[in-house]
Formats: sequence, structure tokens, C-alpha cells
Amino acid sequence: MSEDIRVMTAQLAADPTSLVFLALGEMLRRRRQLEAAQKVALAGLARYPDLPDAHDLYARILGDLGDTERAFDEWEIALRLEPGHVGAHKGLGFLYFVGGDLERAQRHLETAFAGEPEDEGVAAALERVRIGLQEDIAERTTLPIEPPARATPPPPPRASGGGAPAPAPTPVPRTSVPATVSGWAMVGDEGIVLADLQGHRLAGRMRAPTGDDVSDAVAAHLAAAAQEAARAARLLGLGVWSAVVAESHDGNLLVTTPTEDSVLALLRDTSMPVARLRMLGDRASTAAREWLEDVS
Amino acid sequence: MIRDYQAVLDRVTRVGKIRAALLVSTADGIPVAEVAMEGLEGRVVAALAASLARRVERAARSAGRQLPVFIHLQGAEGEILTARCGADLLMVAVTEPGVNAGLLRLEFHRAIELVG
Repeated sequence: MSEDIRVMTAQLAADPTSLVFLALGEMLRRRRQLEAAQKVALAGLARYPDLPDAHDLYARILGDLGDTERAFDEWEIALRLEPGHVGAHKGLGFLYFVGGDLERAQRHLETAFAGEPEDEGVAAALERVRIGLQEDIAERTTLPIEPPARATPPPPPRASGGGAPAPAPTPVPRTSVPATVSGWAMVGDEGIVLADLQGHRLAGRMRAPTGDDVSDAVAAHLAAAAQEAARAARLLGLGVWSAVVAESHDGNLLVTTPTEDSVLALLRDTSMPVARLRMLGDRASTAAREWLEDVS
Repeated sequence: MIRDYQAVLDRVTRVGKIRAALLVSTADGIPVAEVAMEGLEGRVVAALAASLARRVERAARSAGRQLPVFIHLQGAEGEILTARCGADLLMVAVTEPGVNAGLLRLEFHRAIELVG
């Protein structure tokens, strides 16, 4: 045991109300004595449940233990107690970054950076996030899923009717539109199908690795899968289902429900992480929902 | 390969937030082993999970893909993860919301190696 740890441990023993537990827990954490660090943090939290720094310390220890979910919770608690808590913003920023949610990561890291501009770790993370976002934007220009931009000729902008403003067009070449339904929001994608709950394809196209068009077959099976998902979720008390992911060795299939009357399948090869597939599915689902609102 | 299914399922429940863990016969959707059935009936879970897996497998096959290894349903108040254990068994976990799906998948991998 190092001298510092010995001294702080003695201080804490002499005065259990001392805030030295914060420094002691952090030092133990840095020395990878995570079990001891956890005990110190939990004892401190028991005494100071409303202290943001205590939640921040515990979150960092949990993060080191690989329990990112509980770390997330602890940092959220810290932020509820102190909305500008730098450590919590930093921690959440890193977690969102690792989770692939770059926009949220950027928001948290910017707040952390504003509070501690000299923190090189935050600065470096923020830079990585910004680069990632730029790449994401660049990629979106070639992504086969387009937000609800209109096929030519475009209908009048919805804003003129007093509704929500028309979405900004995404720079995807219009010449490659293979839409089966005029105005469908997916451009050039052969891994996405939207169907109704009777198994009829509404839009989109999907091809098997052989090149065969399997769109209608997938649509037919999608409806059955969606109905089974709804039934299982209802009978097992899982609430409203939002997504099903089927992971195969040669592709991952995401099934989701843009509306209660429709089901959408998104297929990608296994090089795309499942978390990313979910994000893509969310975007596609939103685009599909808006398109359905437009055509209905 | 081991046949102590209960021990395998016990490991799965250590992930936390597990309401139920089962091994289900894929042929008839009947539970072969089950643990931690928190307010859930094994036969019901087994039947629903097996049926869901079959339907989703068909959808994946119709897209020209191999049989899914994992199927993960997310609900607002909980989740189901299933995984094939060889040709005859399906491993199933019903979880509370916010389960650490990554850890659960790792545990499923280990379990499949042991059982399959």
C-alpha cells in the first residue's frame, strides 16, 4: 500500500464523514484496486447520496469494471444533482462516443471542455467525435437511405400548408431512384423493405446474395415476424416492441415498426456493428413514417 | 459438450436483470431446462420464444441469409434474446429493460460452446 493511500485510509478511519474518500477512491481506481475503490465509493455514497462527485467517482469505477450501464446511470444521477458537472459530462460523452451516438457525445464533451478547457483528454475526444461526425455526414451523402426528400417532381412543401417545414434535401443522386412507390425515401438501397401487416410490400427492395430480388418474399415474412414479435412482447409483459435484430453469419436483419400498420426490414452485412444498424434503422423508420403520412 | 443445463443457465442469470433463462426444444417449443422464472411460466416463454425465432428465421432465410445465430427483441419494458444451440435447442433469456446486452451475448456464446 502506498504512503498516500495509507494516510488517506487512516484519515477516513479517524473521520468517516471526511470527503477524503473521493481522493482515496480515485487513487485506488487509478492503481486498479477496483474492489477496494468500489467499497470506498459505496461507503461514501451511503453517507453523501446527494454529492455529485461521489456518483462521478463510483461511475468511473464502474466504467473500469466494465459495467458501463450502471456507470451511465451514476453519471446521469450526478448530472441531475449538478447539471454542469464536468466529470459526468466527460463520462457520458465517452460512453456515447463508444456507443456510436456521436451527436450526444459531442454535446456532453463540449460541455465538459467548456468547464475544463485544459483537459487534453477531453479535447482529444472532442476532436475525434467531430471528425467522426464529419465522416458520418460525408457517408450520409452516399447512404442509400434518404430522409423524406421527394421524387421528382416534388409536391408542394408541407410548410406551405401550415405543417412542419419541409425537410432539407439530402444530396443523393436522384437518377438512381429505384423506388417502387413514387416518392419513397430510399434511394439506391437494395437492403430495405417496407411492408404492411398483411405482408404486402409498400416500398423498397431487397436482394439475396445471389442477386435474386427477394423483396416480396421478405415483405410476406416480415408481417408474420412482426405479428409474432408483438404477441411475444404483449404476453411476456415487455411493452411495445421497437425492434428485432436477427444476426446471421452472413448478414444482420433489423425489423422495426415505423407505424402500427407497417413493418420495415433493413439488411446489412456483418461489417456493420449492430448498434450502428439500429441507428440506421431509426433513421429509416423515421423516413418511412413521414413518407407514409404523406401518401396516406 | 455438457448436459448440466441448469448450471449453464445459472451462468446466464449472473448477467443481471434476467427474468428468465431457458433452453427450449426447437422441435416443439417445450422447455428443456429453466431458471429464474420471475413471474413467468416456462412453457409460455418457451412457446413464444420458439415461435418468434421461427418467424424471424424465416424472414432472414427469405432474404437469402443463413439461420440467425442471435435474435434480439427489444420492448419498452423488457427484451428477449434467443440463440441457437446446435440444431435442437434454443437458448432464451427474457430480461428487464436496459440489460447489458453485450454481456448477455458473451454469456450466451459461452453457454452455446458448453451446450452445443
